[in-house]
Amino acid sequence: MLEIKNLHVKLQEEEKVILKGVNLHVGAGQVHAIMGPNGSGKSTLSYVLSGREGYEVTAGSATLLGQDLLALDPEERAAAGLFLAFQYPVEIPGVGNMVFLRTALNAQRKARNEPEVSAGEFLKLVREKAKTLKIDAEMLKRPVNVGFSGGEKKRNEILQMAVLEPRMCVLDETDSGLDVDAMKLVADGVNALRDAGRSFLVITHYQRLLDHIAPDVVHIMADGRIIRTGGPDLALEVEKNGYADLLAGVL
Amino acid sequence: MQSARADAAARLADMGLPGRRDEYWRWTNPAPFMAEAVPEAGAFRADTPIFADMPKVRLVFTDGVFDAAASDDPRLAGVEIARLADAPQWAGAFYGSLEASGQAPVRRPFAALNTARASDGVMLRVTGRAARPVHISYRQSSDTSEAILHHCVKLEEGAELTLLETGTAAARANLVLEVDVGAGARFHHIRPQGRSHGHRVYSAIFARISAGALFKSFTLSMNGRLTRNEAMIEIVGDNALAHIAGAALGDGADGDFHHDDTVFITHGAEGGESRQVFKKVLRHGATGIFQGKILVQPGAQKTDGYQISQALMLDDLCQFLAKPELEIYADDVKCSHGSTTGAIDETALFYLRSRGVPREEAVSLLVLSFLADAIAEIDDEAIAAEILARLQDWLARHRG
Ligand SMILES: Nc1ncnc2c1ncn2[C@@H]1O[C@H](COP(=O)(O)OP(=O)(O)OP(=O)(O)O)[C@@H](O)[C@H]1O
Ligand SMILES: [Mg+2]
Repeated sequence: MLEIKNLHVKLQEEEKVILKGVNLHVGAGQVHAIMGPNGSGKSTLSYVLSGREGYEVTAGSATLLGQDLLALDPEERAAAGLFLAFQYPVEIPGVGNMVFLRTALNAQRKARNEPEVSAGEFLKLVREKAKTLKIDAEMLKRPVNVGFSGGEKKRNEILQMAVLEPRMCVLDETDSGLDVDAMKLVADGVNALRDAGRSFLVITHYQRLLDHIAPDVVHIMADGRIIRTGGPDLALEVEKNGYADLLAGVL
Repeated sequence: MQSARADAAARLADMGLPGRRDEYWRWTNPAPFMAEAVPEAGAFRADTPIFADMPKVRLVFTDGVFDAAASDDPRLAGVEIARLADAPQWAGAFYGSLEASGQAPVRRPFAALNTARASDGVMLRVTGRAARPVHISYRQSSDTSEAILHHCVKLEEGAELTLLETGTAAARANLVLEVDVGAGARFHHIRPQGRSHGHRVYSAIFARISAGALFKSFTLSMNGRLTRNEAMIEIVGDNALAHIAGAALGDGADGDFHHDDTVFITHGAEGGESRQVFKKVLRHGATGIFQGKILVQPGAQKTDGYQISQALMLDDLCQFLAKPELEIYADDVKCSHGSTTGAIDETALFYLRSRGVPREEAVSLLVLSFLADAIAEIDDEAIAAEILARLQDWLARHRG
């Protein structure tokens, strides 16, 4: 599904190198988790994959289903099946959630030469998905993320993911700021989307989310590299001992 | 009426026409409004009428002349409708009175000129709740036409009216609207100004608002080489409300775009609420001006005055100049003002694009987001929807 090879990234405006040769292969239907200390480059990886400006890829490649992601605009990457649940979802005053989401869905469908979804079909689709995520219909009428609590914003990200049905979902700390019940809802939302044709890359600091979303593979990222890859046990090890031992072994 | 015109001519002779040295004309050159020959301006031909399917009484002015054949039967329960030429008695006494009192403390020479020379206009006396809006619809047919129109609206106690004012009146227009909102009356004014690129318009609204009354005016300006929209609003009765809002979108690539909002709100009574919400979207060398003042007179306690002016620059070739002013002579008031200039928020743009919305469409959404507070000043949902559609149409035609 997602193939990242030797990815090197620096900031465009500064000489600061952030990713120093990332290699990652996420197979179809798999869930991979990335853990790692603050500032190790996890969010940067997610931004570079989704095409945010301000970064320069100096070496390496990233492909989604064989397509060169790095050659595409952000909207083309979305249409190709990539989705990023933001660590900090953005507020957009004056633009209704529904208008935004329908514009996004139809833009993607148009890019893929699929027929647009009618207002009626769309409403039905969103209501159904919102219900399982316990998102209030009133909330959907409000502008995008405006006045939403931290947890509501994260749930809204998962709602967008559920409606857009991407192939490759990148979740950047979707669990941070969530209470126990909300985390369960988000995890259920993710699990409901798991299938053989869809993969996940879950960035998190805590084992707790991984109790609910059982990962196939766990990676540890430090200083712009993946320094260790293992099974679910690796997350437990981090939870118990922190990163000190792992880092000591490499740096 | 004749004496009102003569008085105005005398006022004008006394104050003279404005020059660049005048405090409120430093940023907008008044010369094109005075030039002997009307500068040429092509009409916007591909026009689709706005508010087409809305029930209303439409009064059409073509190149500044009332066009009875194109207009609706001017009859509406609770509203007396007349032309300036056949002004009824009340209008004879009212005509020019608010313009005259609105000449202090800042002079408005073009408004005095208008009162002295207006060739036509609509006189509305509202005695009840109008079931439909009155729609003044301007059409421009000649590339060198000139229009000087003067409208008067008098709402008696408890009356209600929505006034729609649409289109380009002429290649060069001077439009004055005097509105007296009686106690407890409600007046809504929605004005999508013409879309022709070359037209030049000076407009002035003079409003007097009595106790417990409501005045709301919203202007949409898209295109226009030179626009100066002035508003002089005076709250004279307690617990009255005055809201004035504007959304302007200008693309210098269509020709020059210079858009100036100059507003003066006077709180002369207690418990008044005023809001000024002005937003400008500028690209390709467009210029936006905002000069807004809130004056709170002695004794106007519990005044709530708010003013915001903001520009969104779609490139860095544009210019926005703002002069917010507060002058307060009462101690128990709440007044605030703010002015900002900014570009499209890159983080929000990326967020939208990451969801699959193409760049240009995402920019349009963010422009609408920027304008939302101004559009929210329109109370009527159907009217707001038409304004929104017009905005979307402009944005679709001005991509890239
Ligand atoms: N646009 C930027 N400008 C300056 N520094 C940046 C920028 N983007 C990332 N960095 C720096 O790159 C490093 C990696 O940041 P990143 O946000 O990817 O870390 P992270 O692993 O997601 O951390 P956290 O766990 O705290 O979310 C940090 O030192 C950060 O300060
Ligand atoms: Mg991060």
